[in-house]
Amino acid sequence: MTAVYRWELAKLLAQKRTYLGLGAAMLVPLIFVIVLQFQSGGPNDVPLGRYIRDTGLAVPFVALFFMSFWAFPLITSLVAGDVVASESHNGTLKTILTRSRERGQVFAGKVLATFTYTAAVVVAMATIGLIAGSLAWGFNPLTSLSGTRVSAGHGLALLAASIGVYFLPLAGIASFALMLSTITRNSAASVVGALMFALLMQLLTVLPGTEGLRPYLLATQFDAWHGFLRVPADWEPIGRAAWVCALYVAAPLAVAYVVFLRRDVTED
Amino acid sequence: MSAPPVAARGLVKRYGRILAVDHVDLTVEPGDVFGYLGPNGAGKTTSLRMMLGLIRPTEGSVELFGRDPVKDGVRKALDGVAGFVEAPRFYPYLSGRKNLRLLADYDGHGAGNRVDEMLDVVELRDRGGDRVGGYSHGMRQRLGIAAALLRNPKLLLLDEPTTGLDPAGMRDMRALVRRLAGEGITVLLSSHLLGEVEELCNRVAIIRTGTIVYEGTLHDLLATSQTEYRLRVTEPERALMICSAQRGVEKIRVEGPELRFQADEQAAAAISIALGQARIGITALVPETASLEELFLGLTGGESGDKSARAEVA
Repeated sequence: MTAVYRWELAKLLAQKRTYLGLGAAMLVPLIFVIVLQFQSGGPNDVPLGRYIRDTGLAVPFVALFFMSFWAFPLITSLVAGDVVASESHNGTLKTILTRSRERGQVFAGKVLATFTYTAAVVVAMATIGLIAGSLAWGFNPLTSLSGTRVSAGHGLALLAASIGVYFLPLAGIASFALMLSTITRNSAASVVGALMFALLMQLLTVLPGTEGLRPYLLATQFDAWHGFLRVPADWEPIGRAAWVCALYVAAPLAVAYVVFLRRDVTED
Repeated sequence: MSAPPVAARGLVKRYGRILAVDHVDLTVEPGDVFGYLGPNGAGKTTSLRMMLGLIRPTEGSVELFGRDPVKDGVRKALDGVAGFVEAPRFYPYLSGRKNLRLLADYDGHGAGNRVDEMLDVVELRDRGGDRVGGYSHGMRQRLGIAAALLRNPKLLLLDEPTTGLDPAGMRDMRALVRRLAGEGITVLLSSHLLGEVEELCNRVAIIRTGTIVYEGTLHDLLATSQTEYRLRVTEPERALMICSAQRGVEKIRVEGPELRFQADEQAAAAISIALGQARIGITALVPETASLEELFLGLTGGESGDKSARAEVA
């Protein structure tokens, strides 16, 4: 199992699209900081946006908000949509499935590697944002969403926790992309399909008449981290994000698992 | 008694309305170099895919050393088994050596220590550090053999291993197969090249449109076939009578100083004895062998499977 996971990571690290995703995730907060250095005004309407020049700690939070619309869904599907389809495309599925590993092990290795990449892009974005922001405006205490001051050290811990809960809906998108990747065996279709799925989820959150549905939509869970930024912490959205995202992860993965286990491996 | 390396029983694979493999039975015994012979699209690759657990049989089963890839899982069923179907495929963005390391790690059992040794065996050690994306077809084919040998197989399943190779590559590949067989590895080798099978294999199964039409040795195939003989004797008229009285002798006719007839080897031998006993001298008894090629074409209908829809799935 660890061998399969290790090699899945090695394969990701040898492919251009992995760096494309990682690079894009790191470039966004950097551009953000550079632009704000030369412009007055700022993203005052978004959570923590009005404090962005107070401390570098605010930068990753603001980027989390902006990148939840399409940047992170795209960066995630870019790799997750390719992870099984590329094996079909290269014809390598038959190569690895005739060794001493069951299909379930190979699938599990792919899922874990995809989640690792997904977590890595968010951490990379936050790290670059934090460093660039701190160089520009210093590593100062943060103003919480409740208006109280939070020490820089505590703010860092809140950032880590926020990244953790922000990862959950992204894992949902990754799972959906992985399912498409397994079923369609086509990388481009899977990437686009998963992105459409993410955008559709967002559309549902702004359409009238979906109010009752909103707490259970994937897109809503991208704001769950706000709970950590309140004093005292609001655990309700965080708890909900945990179980709602678990369903969005489990359902497509279950479908993909069954398809992967039963499929006839032939030359496409 | 231990189970044979390959035992297929009533193997069927259906794709929609197309029957790619139709009730195939075949047994490969330990030490065989078994030729699985048939035109393109006859169902050879589909059969091999089922043996390797890549696709599920619609009906029937195949067991390797008594283990079924569907029921027992590939990990168990492919223990001691290695091979490839169609052209071997690798990650183009990884080096040949890295590809083998990956597969060795999937295999376990310290296969990783043999990576360089296997690169040596297939003479790829110098290019081991290069990306497979830049390899020629022949190099990939050799890397496929190296990947198979990493598993220390007792049974090798090779799907048209010489297809697409240049003459020197074909010669090297055949020499390698012969050498591996000499080391005691049982080999099942599919091919559409009769000469290749004749050169390498002790037993064959001939498949046509999904059905086995012959299983046995090529020698037996030749021996059981009706061969045309030319006979020259000291007393043609008496010989003609004797020949006519023999069982299994057909289409006897006189052409100039010669008698011509069709018979199998046994009947021809019986004629020579009968002539000898009748004190008729034989100056020539020559088989005009129907070539294996002709037999093969006769059995497989002489058509290329490429024209049929079956080629798409095989």
